[in-house]
This record gives sequence, C-alpha cells and structure tokens, in this order.
Amino acid sequence: MEKELRLMKGNEAFAEAAIRAGTDGYFGYPITPQSEVMEYLMAEKPHERTGMVVLQAESEVASINMLYGGAGCGKKVMTSSSSPGISLMQEGISYMAGAELPCVILNVVRGGPGLGTIQPSQSDYSQSTKGGGHGDYRLITLAPSSVQEMYDSVKLGYELAFKYRNPVLVLSDGAIGQMMEKVEIDAQVERLSEEQIREQHPWATLGRHNGRERNIITSLDLDPARQERHNEALQRKYKEVEEKEVRYEKINCDDADYIFVAYGTSARICQKSMQLAREKGIKVGLFRPITLFPFPKKELHEMAGQVKGILSVEMSAGQMIEDILLAVEGKVKVEHYGRMGGIIPAPGEVVDALEQKIVKG
Amino acid sequence: MEDTLVKSEIIKPENRVYKKTDLMTEKVLSYCPGCGHGTAHRIIMEVIEEMGLTEDTIGIAPVGCSVLAYEFMNVDMQQAAHGRAPALATAVKRLMPHKTVFTYQGDGDLAAIGTAETIHAANRGERITIIFINNGIYGMTGGQMAPTTLPGMKSSTSPYGRDLDMMGHPLKITELVAQLPGTHYVTRQAVHTPSNVRKTKKAIRKAFELQHQNVGMTFIEIVSNCNSGWKMTPVQANKWMVDNMFPFYPLGDIKVDGKMVEG
Repeated sequence: MEKELRLMKGNEAFAEAAIRAGTDGYFGYPITPQSEVMEYLMAEKPHERTGMVVLQAESEVASINMLYGGAGCGKKVMTSSSSPGISLMQEGISYMAGAELPCVILNVVRGGPGLGTIQPSQSDYSQSTKGGGHGDYRLITLAPSSVQEMYDSVKLGYELAFKYRNPVLVLSDGAIGQMMEKVEIDAQVERLSEEQIREQHPWATLGRHNGRERNIITSLDLDPARQERHNEALQRKYKEVEEKEVRYEKINCDDADYIFVAYGTSARICQKSMQLAREKGIKVGLFRPITLFPFPKKELHEMAGQVKGILSVEMSAGQMIEDILLAVEGKVKVEHYGRMGGIIPAPGEVVDALEQKIVKG
Repeated sequence: MEDTLVKSEIIKPENRVYKKTDLMTEKVLSYCPGCGHGTAHRIIMEVIEEMGLTEDTIGIAPVGCSVLAYEFMNVDMQQAAHGRAPALATAVKRLMPHKTVFTYQGDGDLAAIGTAETIHAANRGERITIIFINNGIYGMTGGQMAPTTLPGMKSSTSPYGRDLDMMGHPLKITELVAQLPGTHYVTRQAVHTPSNVRKTKKAIRKAFELQHQNVGMTFIEIVSNCNSGWKMTPVQANKWMVDNMFPFYPLGDIKVDGKMVEG
C-alpha cells in the first residue's frame, strides 16, 4: 500500500492520529497554543468517520474528569491542553493514577509561571515527570520532537496507557505544536466494541452483564494497610515501566567528547548546534530522551564514563538536569543551558554555552 | 399455649411484606442512625431492579458522607473527585448513550465545589439523572456550613448562625438548574415519611425512564436531615427539617416535561 503523506501542524497531526488510533472520546477546553487539536477534530466530524465523541467542556477540570469517567468504562479517551490548563487538571490526573485509569494527555507547553506567555517553553518537565498532583505517582511521559512523533505518540500513548493502566502524558511544546512538517498517516484502527472492551478490560464499568460482580473505579481506600499495599503495587508498576519502557535516540555519540542531552524543540536546536560545534572541531553528540519518565538513567550513566562533559539543554531554568545528575552520579561534569519566558535558544548560543560551561570550564 | 405462632409459621413467602433488594450489598451502612441517605440509596436501587436496568447502569459516587455509596449500591460504580460527578457521568453517557447513568451527590459536592460541573452538565442537557441530597450542612467533615445552610442556621463554621451579610445566601441550585433549557424534569422530594418515600421513588423511576427518551437532564433534589451535624435526635431532626428546611426548600415538582411548573 502506498504511504499517505500529509503536510500538517503538530497539533493537527495529533488530532488526526487520535481519530486513526480508534479514540472513543476527546474532551478538551481551548487554550493557546494547542486549540488546533479540538478545532481540527470538530471540523473533521469524527463522529461520522468513526463514531468518536468530541466535546468542548466548560473547563480543564471538567475535561480531565470526563476522561476519568470514560476511562473507567475502558474507553480510549484523551485530552489536550497547555501548561495553565494542565495545572488545573492535576487533581484529576492524580485521581486517575490512583484509580489506575488509562488515558492520553497532551501538554503543548508554554512559558510560565502563572499565565506566563503563549510562546514555547519546557518548564513543565518536573510537573510531568515527578507526579504533578498529590500523592506518590508517576505519569509515563513521552517527548516528541517532530510532527511525525506527535502523530506517533497517540498510538504509543494508548499502548502504554492500557498496558500499565496509567495516564500517559505527551510533553510537547508550542513550537512542535505549531510547526508544519510532513507526516506519514497510518491506517484507521477500529474502535473497540462494548464486547471487546468487556473481554480486554474486565475491570471496566460497563454494567453488570450476565450477573457478574459489580466493578468499582475508585482511588479511595480508608484502610491504611490496604492503601499501603495499593501504593506498593503502584510503585512496582512504575519500576516495571522504568525497566521496560525506556526510549531514547543517540546521534553522533560514538566518537563524542561531549554530549548534549535535550528533548523536544531543544533537541532540534541541538542538532544544528552539534553541526556548528563539529565544524569548530568540538566533537559533540546528542542524547535525546524520548521517554522522560522512565528517564534513560542507565544509558546516560554508561555514556557518562565515555565523555568529558554533558550539557543539558532545556527551555527552562534547569529541571531535567536533576535527573541527569542523578543518572551520572558525579562521574562527569554536567551543566544546564536554557532560555525562559518563551525564548527559543539559537544554535550558536548553545555552542557558546558548551564552550564556556563545559569545554573551558 | 396452643394458639401461639412459631417462627416457621410466620416466615413464609406468602406472609412477606418487604424484601431488601439484592442491589443493596450486605455491607453495614456507614450512615448515622436516622440519616436519610440509607433510604435514598435503597429506593434508587429498588427502581433499578424493578426496571430491569441492573446490567446497564453506571452510578457515580461523590465526595462527602456518601463517598462510599459504591460499597452499598450493588451496580457498577465510579467514585468521583469532589464535585466532578456530572463530568464523569457526561462522558459515560456520551460514550454509551444506551446506559442508565446517575450521580449521587451531596450539597457541598454539587452546589459548592461542583457548581460549574452541575450547571454546565445541566445546560448541555446531558441525558443523565442527578440525585442531589440536600441536608444543609457538611456532614462528613463534622458539620461545617454548606452552600445550602439556612439563614441564621448554626454550623461549626457559622457558630453564631449563618450571617447573610458576611457569609452570603443559601444557594437554591435546584431552582437555578430548572431555569436551564437543558433540564427536562426537576423535582424536590424528601424521604422522611413512607408517603414521601413513595413519591421520591416515583420521581426516580420517572427520571430513569426519561433518560432513554433523549429529552435532557433529570434532576431530583432530596431534602434530607443530618441529625448528628444538626446536633439533634433523629426525631427532632425530622421535625426541624419539616419546620425549617421545607419552607425554604419547598417540596414538589419544579419543572415537568421541560416546562416550569406554575407556582
């Protein structure tokens, strides 16, 4: 079959992928810079294409709780928002993690804190990878760095979300969401029937068919011993995710004296910075985490023994660097370079930072 | 004494006047003796059983005294974050329109923290049934002021009585919801006497029937008591409810067939 290629914005690619992946319901609230997701879905009439429900909710608080309701029925549900809206969702995300409900949440990150700016940023790393809401939980966090990866993150997101019964967060940013690139579109995945859901997700609240025991979706257990066991089970699950689901990409790392560690838009900038640095005779490679949780700790730990220094590049005050420092355990020098407030660093700036902070430092 | 009945002569199918519905679990209710929640739970479950909806009903439990409703109601249940039950129910019903979906919420959950979810679900005309238990107080957390606490009524956070200047007015959210075009049937009932229990049960049955006629939201307020929160005996609490709550929250249909009932 011939490949279907389209030129799309990151946000549109995500929306098209949602329909193609057999999503049952999208619930969202407009916020810049991700409103194209719902706009695209509404224009595409997915109800006619696949029977998918698309609903504009009254707030992000309502959207995430709609996801809870839908996910509790074993449905494929998703939402998208940007930083301030994702902050509003944290309560609901915590409940979903506690009740072990699968879903896909897209955060097209903009600069903060507060209302901040509508320009791209990567300052939600800690919120995304360390939990975000109350209680001990983790989100599986994917970091696409191209429009194609935005598209692919939907299918992968559902796969992981249902495999581990856990919310998956796609941590994008305003640049990836808004830019246009070519995207390879895959075949339509059929939505599951109620019977298929009953078979595949026996925990779902679809009604007590054939007199089965009732199913309950809850994050509450007032008995401390049972609640502790539930927490221990969650932690075992996160550990398994860390062992099995690490994804990353290495570019020009084999002969590198130094490496950039960067994801999303920063990783794209670093590709150019790498080229500029190599022209100046500085052998630098790029290590790009694709999963931020699980963070590629072991792989970075190994890399640390082979290079003279690591520059963490992130459009933030330096959040991911904490995970890098934990991974390399002091084996090599690690510094952060980033811009804030919606400014994307120029490739030359990153090379200067590498020279100043790592090569000369 | 030859004419004394023995137990085996009394307990016979033909003598049975009442049977607990199988849709109430064996779990002992966590509610205070005299509280209306138990009765409200029972009649909802009876209606579901009588209408043959057990296999296709999903209930949403709130946060508050009835947070554990799912331990007593023997149907598929989800437990919502505080105030968010209508959002959960919206998704469940939209994704599976043929199901019967209800939320069970108290006054703090529905009329304070969840006001936006309540109003917007009602305004969208979600085909769900909201059952709203209004006892004018936060029972679970120990008797604090609720959005529905009456003027002058004492609670642990209005110890000198609800001062309207300082604390604002009680919210008649049921009247508010009835104004919205998305609601089809809005009624206010009680469960403190057998006759009221029968009326409320009838209202619940009507609401569940309407859910499948694609006409809009059905909303049932049940004015109830909180003897422990009100610091009264169950009998005193019921009397106080009749004397004080009912004049402010009058019982009866507010909207029927999508039209306001003329007062």
